[in-house]
Amino acid sequence: MAKAKTGATANGVNGAVAHHENLPAGVFQQNHLKKLDALLPELDIPNRKYGDLTKDDYIELYRLLYMTREVEARLTRLYRQGKIVGGVYLSKGTEAIAVASGYSLNRDTDWLFPMHRDLGAHMSFGQRPMKLYAQYMGRAAGPTRGRDGNTHMSDKSRRIVGMISHLGSMIPVAVGAAIGCRMQGKKVVSLTFIGDGGASIGDFHEGLNFAAVAHAPFVLIIENNQYAYSTPIVAQYGAAKIIDRAIGYGIPGEVVDGNNIYAVYETVKKAVDRARNGGGPTMIEAVTMRMRGHSEHDDHFYVPKDLLEKWAERDPILRAQRFLEKSGHLKEKARLKLEEDTIAFIEAEIEEASASPMPDTGDLVSSVYA
Amino acid sequence: MPVMTYIEGISNGLRYEMRRDPSVFILGEDVGVYGGAFKVTKGFIDEFGPERVYDTPLAESAIMGVGVGAALVGLRPVVEFQFSDFITSGFNQVVNNAGTMHFRSGFPLPVVIRCPSGAGVHGGPFHSQNPESWFTHVPGLKVVAPSTPYDAKGLIIAAIRDNNPVLYFEHKFLYRRIKEDVPEGEVIVEIGKADLKREGSDLSVVCYGAAVHLALEAAERLQQEGISVEVLDMRSLYPYDKEAIVRTVKKTGRVMVAHEDWLTGGVGGEFAAFISQECFEMLDAPVTRLASADCPYPFSSILEEHMLITTDKVYAGLKKLAQY
Ligand SMILES: Cc1ncc(C[n+]2csc(CCOP(=O)(O)OP(=O)(O)O)c2C)c(N)n1
Ligand SMILES: [Mg+2]
Repeated sequence: MAKAKTGATANGVNGAVAHHENLPAGVFQQNHLKKLDALLPELDIPNRKYGDLTKDDYIELYRLLYMTREVEARLTRLYRQGKIVGGVYLSKGTEAIAVASGYSLNRDTDWLFPMHRDLGAHMSFGQRPMKLYAQYMGRAAGPTRGRDGNTHMSDKSRRIVGMISHLGSMIPVAVGAAIGCRMQGKKVVSLTFIGDGGASIGDFHEGLNFAAVAHAPFVLIIENNQYAYSTPIVAQYGAAKIIDRAIGYGIPGEVVDGNNIYAVYETVKKAVDRARNGGGPTMIEAVTMRMRGHSEHDDHFYVPKDLLEKWAERDPILRAQRFLEKSGHLKEKARLKLEEDTIAFIEAEIEEASASPMPDTGDLVSSVYA
Repeated sequence: MPVMTYIEGISNGLRYEMRRDPSVFILGEDVGVYGGAFKVTKGFIDEFGPERVYDTPLAESAIMGVGVGAALVGLRPVVEFQFSDFITSGFNQVVNNAGTMHFRSGFPLPVVIRCPSGAGVHGGPFHSQNPESWFTHVPGLKVVAPSTPYDAKGLIIAAIRDNNPVLYFEHKFLYRRIKEDVPEGEVIVEIGKADLKREGSDLSVVCYGAAVHLALEAAERLQQEGISVEVLDMRSLYPYDKEAIVRTVKKTGRVMVAHEDWLTGGVGGEFAAFISQECFEMLDAPVTRLASADCPYPFSSILEEHMLITTDKVYAGLKKLAQY
């Protein structure tokens, strides 16, 4: 195979080869193809019952999924208008994982540790879009009162803990929260996420091993969106699947179609229930595809176009729509109404956030210590 | 009042808090059945059980991260790093996760980070370090370093009750070498307050940890020669007691800043800068800094003695300062 120039002329899976000019091309291509083949799901999601979901849940999950897409689309708009500064890391195409995971928890007792592409988890765990927009705009009403940006936001009253940038760092912390709650005699679960890239860092291993030994009521969702910034999974890990590591930790590991929101819910809920009932931790690999660049400044030229096309047909929203139509849970007319209401709601939330004040500088330094 | 060693002061304070407050627990490597590498928590597991004296896997970043998580949900963990040298393996959790938590989230983070540190125990490069200055640079953390059994007890209790991450540097050389009367009951040493360990009128030594004892010995010798030395034990390194520094400088006008940690970039540089800026008119001599040589801690005794700050070096430095 000829050497790719800069990767700019991405064709097929070879597009990512620019990172691997030092590898024998055949080996790289084979590995990468093998991994990708294993990852691509069916076009439609199975028309069946998913876990304990009721008709209302199917609709609510769809609403949250749709809302996440639309909230993020407006983040991009605000970013282009210069109303949002700093990084905007979107979950387009992968929203189902965060939304369903947040929805699997008990909002009144559990602890959520979202990562940078998990805006949907904040909302499915009860957070208002207004708060999220205020955070992105650096306003006082944002959960960090302008002290941190993008999805790095905690909400003490909701038991949401914002991440630090250092990927993997929240895994041991979430494990500690799980163990701590158990020490307090509570039946509480903590859940966090990690990407295919973040899964390579030391804290991933230390945290999971700790969780396993402690039998912690903890669930880790691995969002395998096939890229870490520009690095493809073939350059990220040697095993066929990340979840193969579960054997090494001695804990259950499951793979799920990350673009099937209902399957993600079913799988995560099972793990959450098991953790809550003393069954220990679970790691879940949710397979998906990042449909935009790493962040809004990145045109992801390095991702093969035909790969994106295949995954676009498996978009979680389109698949959920087809499922809802076929199952009869939500027919097109009612769906369009729900979508319209959701947009109106989001626009009002943006307005409120935009009109809200900037933070006071007065207590900036004094807020360092409790 | 019972006589306690420095290490007994730590143990006694820990036990006192664990009896008083069920949310306090200890986690670290070999802290349970074995009682800790230095036996600080010897017998604790029998009284408090394995959940509150928690033996962890060998994983410093996870130990620290788990401590952060437990503090988030309302417990008051005391994390033990077996040797402070190994804190580098948990550095990110301490600095970036614990250090910024309240600022970015509003969660109080009551976690104590116990760091057995210091040289003079034939530990070599990786069991002798004094890494306090890596943390006295970080807003969001507090750093304390007791030098006596009383302060060891009072500061561990104060650290546990603080709603912020507190790094507690306990000097291994002092563990069983110093004793004093320490009350059995409640002892609190306020974080941020220095202690005048010896009054004097000619020279001041601003110091902490093991260096306090070197300064006290040197002061005793100089007393025979008619030079009166005041020894200010900072006890808290971040935040530190600026008023106490000003008081002693005002009194003597000649100051040595001393510690066992390396010279360059050590916390003594901060004290010296503060004195130069805020006490310039009170000074009769330049601020002197004395510390261990900028060299990894060597193993062989003869090399270690050469590298470390010693009583003789403090004595000589003070004599020079008196003659300036
Ligand atoms: C420890 C660490 N190293 C590097 C970065 C910079 N960085 C931010 S996101 C990212 C890629 C993450 O990829 P992945 O974990 O797969 O998550 P994804 O963005 O694909 O959701 C990198 C390299 C970081 N935030 N933390
Ligand atoms: Mg990724």
